[in-house]
Amino acid sequence: MNEKHKERKIRQALESVTDPELPCINIVDLGMLDIVEVRGGNVEIQLLPTFSGCPALDLIKNDVVSAVRKAAAEVDGIEDVDVRFVYHPPWTTDRISPQGRENLKEYGVSPPPADHKEGEPWKVDCPYCGSAYTTMENIFGPTACRSILYCQSCKNPFEAMKPVANM
Amino acid sequence: MTEWKETEENKSVLVELLYQLADDNFIHAHRGSEWLGLAPHIEEDVAFSSINQDTMGHAVMYYRLLEELGEGKIDDLSHMRDFSEYRNAIILEEKNGPGEYTEQPDYDWAFTVIRHLFYDTAKKIRLDSMKQSSYEPLAVTARKIVTEQYYHLLHWQLWFKQLMQSTDEARSRMEAAIERVWRDFGGVLTLGPNGGKMAEAGLVEGEELLRKRWLNRIEGLFAEVNMSMPEEAPGMAKGNGRKGEHTEDLPEAINTLAEVYKSDKDAVSW
Repeated sequence: MNEKHKERKIRQALESVTDPELPCINIVDLGMLDIVEVRGGNVEIQLLPTFSGCPALDLIKNDVVSAVRKAAAEVDGIEDVDVRFVYHPPWTTDRISPQGRENLKEYGVSPPPADHKEGEPWKVDCPYCGSAYTTMENIFGPTACRSILYCQSCKNPFEAMKPVANM
Repeated sequence: MTEWKETEENKSVLVELLYQLADDNFIHAHRGSEWLGLAPHIEEDVAFSSINQDTMGHAVMYYRLLEELGEGKIDDLSHMRDFSEYRNAIILEEKNGPGEYTEQPDYDWAFTVIRHLFYDTAKKIRLDSMKQSSYEPLAVTARKIVTEQYYHLLHWQLWFKQLMQSTDEARSRMEAAIERVWRDFGGVLTLGPNGGKMAEAGLVEGEELLRKRWLNRIEGLFAEVNMSMPEEAPGMAKGNGRKGEHTEDLPEAINTLAEVYKSDKDAVSW
């Protein structure tokens, strides 16, 4: 098995790791996984934190290590795994995959607009009925990455992921 | 800006700048967190907690850069230094108001709104400058933080505009808070005795330029709510935190923050 192939296997394995605060989406679809590099028996993994004060980072790191160890049973010659959080490039919400956006919506969290620019008005559709007739209740929600909104059409409160753009 | 040169002097002013940035965010996040459960309403409690969590995260990023430069362990840097080694601005260490968090906290919301608005405006201006810092790890850190800072600034601007145009009582409390924060806000705007060298090393632009940008920005915000600018420049009435000068509010804050860590270092591990 060559190194590229091993890297693909490890990427696949990391699709089992989710953000504990958003269990509907794995870290690959969330765009947190930046680099997987296999060198000999070593795997180096670089992750991009979503929000810098996110308390889930340590848990995610542990889950990544366990997932790689588990995969190592099938991938020959992996001995050591090194997981690091890096800030370059900064995580932005346009890194979320189309599948990830669907999963968020199903979970009741509206995905952020795909191509948001700083300072632009931010339109959020209701994840339940699809209506655009929604109001922002609180930009800040139950976790750093989410906001609280209300749908005036189906009368449901819901959450949305804050857009984060490169500024 | 200029290219980074790894000289002894450049490294020493880099470390000094990082302590200012780390300590400012650390103490500011702590004072903010002391509003938990006391904010004017539940939505504010939720929002302010998120902001404080982000801000503490920013402090961690700066302390980590210091750790990487061999300054010591990140938790020791934040919790165990002598009080005179902290480089935060004095206005940021001041208590939120009379009373204690656990006993009759009679905190001042107008003071908090003004302190946060002024600080977050200054922070954004500094971050925008450091995005081009000669020291690449600092530039990368600034680019990350600025994505979150946008929301913080929006938040305090909203409070500012609403309270400045609300009742007479709100207006007079806000004006009193502006006067109070202004007297010491020079302590945030200064980069300390070695600010000039920081600019020469290309770490951040010069203090004067940044100060001018801040004044312009605040003047714009004041104009929107029909408020005139104070005649005097922002001062340092209680001293210069960049030189290690502090009030008794700093030891109070650090002792509270470090109580668990000092009694059992393993207690912070997961």
